[in-house]
Amino acid sequence: MRFVKFFSLLIVAALILSACAQGGSTGGQQQELKVAILAPLSGPVPTFGVSTRDGALMAIDEWNAKGGVLGMKIVPIVEDSQCTPDPAVNAANKVIDQDGVKFIIGEVCSKASIPVSEIANSKGVIQISPTSTNEQVTVDANGNVKPYIFRACFIDPFQGYVGAKFAYEQLGAKTAFVMLDQANDYVKGLATEFAKNFEMMGGKVVGTESYTATDTDFSVILGKIAEAKPDVVYLPDYYNIVNLVAKQAKEKGINVPFIGGDGWDSPDLDLAAAAGGYFTNHYSPDDPRPEVVNFLKAYGEKYKDESGNPKVPDALAALAYDAANVLLQAINDAGTTDTAKVKEILEKINFKGVSGNITFDANHNPIKSAALLAVKPDGVKFETIVNP
Amino acid sequence: MQQVSGSSQVVIPVPKKKKQPPLAWVGQGFFILLGIVVAVILISNLIRQPTLFAQFFISGLQLGFVYAMIALGYTMVYGIVKLINFAHGDVFMVGAFVSYFAVARFRLHQWPLAVFPEISPGLGVVIGSLTVILLSMVICSALAITIERVAYKPLRDAPRIAALITAIGVSFFLEYFGALNFVFSPRFIPYERPFEVVAWYIKDGIHLIKPGEAPPDGAITFSNILVIIIVASILVQIFLQFLVKRTKIGIAMRASSYDKPAARLMGINVDSVISFTFAIGAAFAGLGGVLYAIAYSSIWTQLGILPGLKAFVAAVLGGIGSIPGAFVGALIMGQAEAMTMGYISTPMRDAVAFTILIIVLLIRPTGIFGEPEKEKV
Repeated sequence: MRFVKFFSLLIVAALILSACAQGGSTGGQQQELKVAILAPLSGPVPTFGVSTRDGALMAIDEWNAKGGVLGMKIVPIVEDSQCTPDPAVNAANKVIDQDGVKFIIGEVCSKASIPVSEIANSKGVIQISPTSTNEQVTVDANGNVKPYIFRACFIDPFQGYVGAKFAYEQLGAKTAFVMLDQANDYVKGLATEFAKNFEMMGGKVVGTESYTATDTDFSVILGKIAEAKPDVVYLPDYYNIVNLVAKQAKEKGINVPFIGGDGWDSPDLDLAAAAGGYFTNHYSPDDPRPEVVNFLKAYGEKYKDESGNPKVPDALAALAYDAANVLLQAINDAGTTDTAKVKEILEKINFKGVSGNITFDANHNPIKSAALLAVKPDGVKFETIVNP
Repeated sequence: MQQVSGSSQVVIPVPKKKKQPPLAWVGQGFFILLGIVVAVILISNLIRQPTLFAQFFISGLQLGFVYAMIALGYTMVYGIVKLINFAHGDVFMVGAFVSYFAVARFRLHQWPLAVFPEISPGLGVVIGSLTVILLSMVICSALAITIERVAYKPLRDAPRIAALITAIGVSFFLEYFGALNFVFSPRFIPYERPFEVVAWYIKDGIHLIKPGEAPPDGAITFSNILVIIIVASILVQIFLQFLVKRTKIGIAMRASSYDKPAARLMGINVDSVISFTFAIGAAFAGLGGVLYAIAYSSIWTQLGILPGLKAFVAAVLGGIGSIPGAFVGALIMGQAEAMTMGYISTPMRDAVAFTILIIVLLIRPTGIFGEPEKEKV
């Protein structure tokens, strides 16, 4: 009991102190531009939060080194939003009402970004989510776009489009076979979009087979694939399913390339089995474009892992970096911090980011290139950039 | 042996020309129609695309023989203690994990080559793989005996439903205890095989499929793991027939199954016979688990649920308590699943599997071999 009392006292003291400290800074200088970063630093996906924070902070530091935006120093306010609706909403309310923030970068998870977007939009605060892929982040339930909300990543179905384009144009595939888990919205979204676009481009989907997430035996579906002889198989599921299917396919002598989405991106992907396959992703550190090379170098110099080696930024860091940059660029172009003006600039912006060229469509989703990665027995290699 | 008064198995005679409830013909007609439709679909597809049909049939064989190994455990345990041991599917899972750790962590499959570098690599792989399988079987047996002693034996005189619920509890315990990070972890783990899977195709004779080479049109492919599963499953079946019919422990098992108090009076230690039955069933589940993991090469802690339930359906279909029934039921289940995947759709496979359970319970609750069997163990 005594321990608990002591701790609660400590926490109360800490809270009062921090409140004082922040109260002090709010009243101060005028020449500051506050940007909030809502990242899940704790909760289920803390590594996502750290990457997002580091990526966004790096962009802000780079702008500050150049003299800030419109002569103002950029002050980041980092809040832990835990990838969970409640803490994210509290953090959003805190930064908007208490700190007077007009620009938010975050959240990472769609389920936290959606409630934050409701608050930000109603208060005229610009929010750019770096990585939330759910359509509802930028569009409300009635299908109307939320004017102040943007995102830096492409939404799920776009990967299906990119996969189809790559299969048809670069691999020269004329026929495709689609495998999907009907119960998984992510997989279904990608697969539907792939089939639609592949047929529109002139290809033919020769078969569609569904399975369930707990299946382990794919021999019958693979028998059908062997019979249908497609040029490619589209399998936009997570790595665990891909491992099973790819291994069983190899054993049946099916050497058709498999194509998937960012669900393949895992250290547990069975490289030997999936070799010869391709998947779409937001970004690749092997991309030779100068933006990526410079970003990689700067990031590695700024952030080190436990053993002191330069960190390799993941897709989350790259997207957060882009989100912060595109926001600051828009403020700079607008010449004002009036969010109504800034959002108009954002809608028309054409920004060269690490994860590709960013322009926004009518629903505030970026139209941008995707990285295509090839699976080789010794690792995942950058293959090409596919432009929309 | 037709009338076994001491046995507590309730034999429900199938009414033949007795008074039927009105409109019973509607149900019968429905099932007959269903049977005809299934037969027509299968035969028309067999004529239209015989290779594809044969390929599905092979997939069904592989599933069916794996189910057979699990179903034996269900049916033997039911035969002797009238308990549906729902933890059996999870013992199967443990078997797969034991072999995974033996192979990936301790390289047990390579011990013959490490100890005797001169022997031929082929022989080394065979002995090493057999060691891994044996280890899994032994550990599964030990696990099953522990489960029986801890969870089922104290409830032997309790109502049967209490033991059934305990079995479900044990099943969940194994699944979620296994999912802890320091046990098996909740991830899908890529399984490292103790030996390489080699595939052949049948067309103008049997040819090896070389890596990176596609079999020609109209070829039927199969792998060495299919052959191993079939051989292992048949050996298990023969071994069990021998064990139950020809050995002392087999006689003791049959006696305990018919009448436990009388068996006790005859000097049979019924408790150890029951433990032995659990151990044998679990050993075969462990064998099935290893072969299943080798065949499908990805394991996680809930891998045993569906195969376990389907093997249970197979045991009911064949007539629970009957060993040949479990075998035949499992083969039918395998084919039903493969054909459903082939000609309806993959997600329907589970629905069809459990529809079979419902149909069996409706029209023939005793199963195919449901008449009291001599070797009912």
